[in-house]
Amino acid sequence: MSQKADYWKANLRLIGLCLAIWFVVSFVFGIILVEPLNNIRLGGYKLGFWFAQQGSMYIFVALIFFYANRMGKLDRAHDVHEDKDV
Amino acid sequence: MSLQAMTYLVVGMTFALYIGIAIWSRASTTKDFYVAGSHIHPVANGMATAADWMSAASFISMAGLIAFMGYGGSVFLMGWTGGYVLLAMLLAPYLRKFGKFTVPEFIGDRYYSKTARIVAVVCLIVASVTYVIGQMKGIGVAFSRFLEVDYNVGLVIGMGIVFVYAVLGGMKGITYTQIAQYCVLIFAYTIPAIFISMQLTGMPIPQLGLGSTMAGSEVYLLDRLDQVLNDLGFADYTTQARLSYLNMFVYTFSLMIGTAGLPHVIIRFFTVPKVKDARSSAGWALVFIAILYTTAPGVAAMARLNLIETINHPDGTQLVYAERPTWVKKWEETGLLAFEDKNGDGEISYAADPAVNEVTLIDRDIMVLANPEIAGLPNWVIALVAAGGLAAALSTAAGLLLAISSAISHDLLKGVFKPNITEQQELLASRIAMAFAILVAGYLGFNPPDFAAGTVALAFGLAASSIFPALMMGIFNKNMNKEGAIAGMVAGLGVTLLYVFQHKGIMFIASTSFMGDLPQNWFLGIEPNAFGGIGALVNFAVAYGVSKVTAPPPEHIQHIVEDIRVPQGAGAAVSLDH
Repeated sequence: MSQKADYWKANLRLIGLCLAIWFVVSFVFGIILVEPLNNIRLGGYKLGFWFAQQGSMYIFVALIFFYANRMGKLDRAHDVHEDKDV
Repeated sequence: MSLQAMTYLVVGMTFALYIGIAIWSRASTTKDFYVAGSHIHPVANGMATAADWMSAASFISMAGLIAFMGYGGSVFLMGWTGGYVLLAMLLAPYLRKFGKFTVPEFIGDRYYSKTARIVAVVCLIVASVTYVIGQMKGIGVAFSRFLEVDYNVGLVIGMGIVFVYAVLGGMKGITYTQIAQYCVLIFAYTIPAIFISMQLTGMPIPQLGLGSTMAGSEVYLLDRLDQVLNDLGFADYTTQARLSYLNMFVYTFSLMIGTAGLPHVIIRFFTVPKVKDARSSAGWALVFIAILYTTAPGVAAMARLNLIETINHPDGTQLVYAERPTWVKKWEETGLLAFEDKNGDGEISYAADPAVNEVTLIDRDIMVLANPEIAGLPNWVIALVAAGGLAAALSTAAGLLLAISSAISHDLLKGVFKPNITEQQELLASRIAMAFAILVAGYLGFNPPDFAAGTVALAFGLAASSIFPALMMGIFNKNMNKEGAIAGMVAGLGVTLLYVFQHKGIMFIASTSFMGDLPQNWFLGIEPNAFGGIGALVNFAVAYGVSKVTAPPPEHIQHIVEDIRVPQGAGAAVSLDH
């Protein structure tokens, strides 16, 4: 039982980390801090504009695969994976 | 070959493909019909989810919206993609583990209440039906514009195609056709974008082209666009906010949780074999969606620049009306583009000042539809855009219709009214419900209700304020009980509807709006379409408060919650069903 409780706590920590990044790249960089970030250039892009219309989406994709990968490892470490299921 | 013949050929070939898939993938069990037997590979499901999700609005309208909103249009880009992060981490894997067929079924079981299940069915049907009206209209418009057949005839053809593969194949048929439809729509979207990016910047990848310099110049494309717009009296493209940063924040948040809470998207994750597949499949879905969504800002900015420079030539001269290009004439005929030579000099000028501006109408949809013609691309590319628009509308309509029909046959008929029907009877009922849903959607497409224009926003508001919080608390809060969940859904929905209706009118009938649609009356300047997120916060708060003062859920419910939190046993849970 505590195995499952530990697994759930580890999952919640991982979700917290991922959603913090999710929040920062979209709401913080794309909206709240967009004006100061726009003073920095990324090629022809103003950086704040780039986060809002490009960067946030790339990071969202990476975050989901990162989460899926880490959860796969957690599933095994806590022995709650599905491979024993038929 | 003429454009007309080419368009018939390309659209006809894609339709033959969809029907071929339908015949090949008939459903023989309810499990096939509702969740495609849970045999879909996560990458394939990701592709089907992308087609399911990207509607006529994403394909045709979004780039045009961004073209005229500039930076403010970012709310749609971040909002409609960020929801997948929430879906992958907060909902999809656990709902897949639960191993049932519909979203209301989870809510009914988790909150041990038929009332909760019926409330969820009502939310689902209202959200999905309002959404499907827009797709039906999109199908009719695409037919009438590209194939020059009557709107109503186009709608009937579209209904017929969906009827064949959705009634025969259910989720199984829909999944395989959606994969084909994704391929059609993504080619149709990216090919013109690549050509245009190449022409303007010399860089074929639009995502990089948008940040590049203009071909043969040292000036960056976005700087040029800002400059051109400033000269005409418009705000900067790259910095104009939508109303306020607070409004953009709330709007983005609402679209994200609305996306994660839309039932027709959630049920796609019931079709993969395992819990871990549900996680990775959400990632693949977002990859396939992001291919279009990261291309759209390039299309938007480049199409806007092309349009302006067609009218106000870079050398300082104006478009002579008598010498306008053929694509301009063609879109004038459709009523999506209109000019008025106010000063009678035979030339057209485009400006922010309404007294000087002679471009009296530019429908935002032109930005995608006319893109290939503006860039002078061959006819087969234009034909492909027609097929792509139809693929986007058909795939989303089919996904929505499945969500509606399974709520009727599985949640209402089997779950509430006639629990004892056999599987074969339920399968027949689900086919009849699907046929019925197509007829209702078609009827609403022929006679769009007055409130149709505001309804897609309403669908997101409903999903954000009622469905998403109920699902999330059902998984993450073991002590959430039925009293809390029902009170939360009703409160969240109530606040959202009240806010939308008080500004937009009851059921969008403007004369019944008791506060007027005036920005100065908006709460903190938040536009009504963006209010679903506030409704969701109310839902969470009310549900938590009510659950603290009422009896906790029974022990077996707490065990269900513990069970869905771990992947182990997902296969077993499914095989127990049948």
